[in-house]
Amino acid sequence: MTSTVTPERKQYRPTPARRALAFLRNTWRGLTSMRTALVLLFLLALAALPGALLPQHDLNEPKTREYIANHGWWGQLLDRLQFFDVYSSVWFSAIYLLLMVSLVGCLAPRSVEYVRSMRAKPVLTPRNLGRLPHHVRAEVDADPDEVLAAADRRLRGWRRVQRDETEGTRSISAERGYLRETGNLFFHFGMLGVIVAFALGAMYSYEGQVIVFADGSEASEFCNSGIYAYDSFNPGLRVDGTELTPFCLRVNDFAATYADTGQPIAYEANIEYQSGADLAADTWRPYHLEVNEPLRTEGDRVYLLDHGFAPTFTVTFPDGTSRTQAIQWRPVDNTTGLSEGATKFEPPGITDAEERRQNQLAVTGLFAPNALMHGEILTSAGPQLTNPAVAVDVMRGDLGVDSGRGQSIFEIDQSMVDSGRLERVARENLDVGEQLTLDDGTKVRFDGVDQWVSLQVSHDPTQVWVLGFAIAMFAGLGGSLFIKRRRLWVRVAPVEDADGKRRTVVEVGGLARTDQAGYGEEFAKIADDLLTGDRKAP
Amino acid sequence: MPVNETLSQYSDWSYTTAVAVYVFAMVFFLVEQSFGRKGRQAAARTRSRELVGAGGPSTTVTPSTSEERPAQPRTRAERIGRMGVALTVLGALLHLASLVLRGLATSRAPWGNMYEYIAIICFVTVVTWLVVLRKSPVRHLSAFVLLPVVILMFVGGTWLYTIAAPLQPALQSYWLVIHVSAAAVGSGIFLIPGVASLLYLVKARNEKNPAKFARFGPKLPALDVLDRIAYRTTVFAFPVFTFGVLCGAVWAEAAWGRFWGWDPKETVAFIAWVIYAAYLHSRATAGWRGNRAAVINVIGFAATVFNLFFVNLVTVGLHSYA
Repeated sequence: MTSTVTPERKQYRPTPARRALAFLRNTWRGLTSMRTALVLLFLLALAALPGALLPQHDLNEPKTREYIANHGWWGQLLDRLQFFDVYSSVWFSAIYLLLMVSLVGCLAPRSVEYVRSMRAKPVLTPRNLGRLPHHVRAEVDADPDEVLAAADRRLRGWRRVQRDETEGTRSISAERGYLRETGNLFFHFGMLGVIVAFALGAMYSYEGQVIVFADGSEASEFCNSGIYAYDSFNPGLRVDGTELTPFCLRVNDFAATYADTGQPIAYEANIEYQSGADLAADTWRPYHLEVNEPLRTEGDRVYLLDHGFAPTFTVTFPDGTSRTQAIQWRPVDNTTGLSEGATKFEPPGITDAEERRQNQLAVTGLFAPNALMHGEILTSAGPQLTNPAVAVDVMRGDLGVDSGRGQSIFEIDQSMVDSGRLERVARENLDVGEQLTLDDGTKVRFDGVDQWVSLQVSHDPTQVWVLGFAIAMFAGLGGSLFIKRRRLWVRVAPVEDADGKRRTVVEVGGLARTDQAGYGEEFAKIADDLLTGDRKAP
Repeated sequence: MPVNETLSQYSDWSYTTAVAVYVFAMVFFLVEQSFGRKGRQAAARTRSRELVGAGGPSTTVTPSTSEERPAQPRTRAERIGRMGVALTVLGALLHLASLVLRGLATSRAPWGNMYEYIAIICFVTVVTWLVVLRKSPVRHLSAFVLLPVVILMFVGGTWLYTIAAPLQPALQSYWLVIHVSAAAVGSGIFLIPGVASLLYLVKARNEKNPAKFARFGPKLPALDVLDRIAYRTTVFAFPVFTFGVLCGAVWAEAAWGRFWGWDPKETVAFIAWVIYAAYLHSRATAGWRGNRAAVINVIGFAATVFNLFFVNLVTVGLHSYA
């Protein structure tokens, strides 16, 4: 069969350019359609889900690594597919970028339409008001002018226009609820703003954590002078750590209060800080740092994250020299405050590296703030610092600090123990002031305990923008959901009844332009006012 | 801040009594649902009444005032249904007393742990349903709303029960009052569109093929009644929920050092928010109204429940206060 092309139909060959243009246009239309937006919204929700179910690298690195290790090839596959970095993954970014494009494509024409409709007059009165969803018709005694004047008064607050129609018929078109679309646009532009500000925040923000002692000593000072000052630091994509806001702080004390049950009630620290001009003048300002009450200075915030204990040990070597050290131990149980750690000592006066490596000491074990002995086993009855005690293993030999491998300040290098180069030479429980003596006469005394706090410094220049856009978004949401866009028309026509008396036919019609029901009641009320009000008019 | 144990004991008793009263009310409603002659008739009646109220295409002088139909004698089932409402109100009062007493006992807002949070969510749901009942004649459906409420309260009162105690430091902020109450009100209301949308799907299935749900389907109100209930409650809950999430972000900035960190709770709240946003959009999209919108709402409901239980009890995150 040959195709039956009618001769008058204009034939043209689609050029590649035209085809490309059509393709682009169709893609754009498809992308910006509501249906696509819906599908993208769903994809976004779906794509965000793994982040709630799987551990994430940037939230909990140890747990993530453990998860991957425990799940073999499956864990590695998920890792490669960025399931442990959901929110910076390629696929998540792709979805929200597409959604943003779709949003812009939807908002641009809508804004133009919005401006046009804000300037336009209410639409012409439909010829047959009886076909509208809301309609009332009545004959009244008042003449058309009066009826229209009264209607005009009643419809104050509506945008309205009076028009003359044929044969003495006149009408008012009125429309109300323009703020709905205003709110709608506010909401969507606000959301766009939030997304952009959020993305910028990921570039220019940073946060860092640092542990300092809480006793006002040198070990309790911190200066935001560079990345090296932190124990851990997460920079934004555009932060290289060279331009941190300069400020210094010092933690003078820390207090934790607990209920009898051991439940924490308050953590508070008294700190002093200097920033801005205070740095040059070297003046310190006091601040009471609490959970929920971060220090805000120069656009940076300092938070009290955590706290813990640092037992102090003094080692007196056989030659009579002594060394005192306190280093933070980490809590292993937050409800009882039981902590573990390793305080490491170098033997004094030994220059030979080989000999030194045979005599390094580490005091490791458990610390209990409120000691409770089960036989020889030390546990902690609660987190209150009332009866501190330690259960220590003293290790002697090569700590492995010269091996070039980094090591945790909380642990000794287990491989050194396994290879026999680090040996346990004592195991004892000590109360404050008690000491133990090693076979070579070295004494290790438990002097007491210091407290440390973990602080976080956060810097995010865009968060105030996020807040502003979020407020705009919320305000817009209220308008777009609760304001009804609706139209109302009044038409008056003079008639003569059978007795030759002049009367006026009044017709009122109404149409809600949104799918929200509930216009009926308002319409009935207005129509009632218009009709009965006219009749009472003189 | 010592805890007043007498008051907290009274609070527990009124909680338990409230659950018992809800169970009774549920039985009453089930009787009405099963034996009442309401169902479709009731729905049809409201529809006609609303059209009259709207001043439909009448050609005579005044729009007719919505005259009540001549009161039909109430059937026994209807009377039982009305007793169910009375019981529900009683249950809600006891429920309220339980919340207030808990607050007085601990001298703080009574929503500082999972038990208290579930209690407040259920209270919001019941109150919202009572408001819905005033506007729509769907009393015989109350059992389907009370069922999840009773289950939630049972789970809350047994497995998740927590002795009245002061707040942990991270929760000691006025944001607790704002953020948690907004989140609870939002989530509590979201339960109702969830139930209404489920019933919508059942009804739609039945209308398409009367053999499906042949007994149950015809007793449900018309599709548009269910749809309207779902839409109106969602439209109300969505901004409240949004407000709750925004306040949560502001609080997180002060408490955790960042306003948004993809904590599991934050993530699932975001997911639920996106789903409800999709629901609102679907209502404005040709081909997505009706069935698909109802499905979306049910998914949103599932996300809300998931957020309540799974995220708080299974995953480890900053919101684990149970």
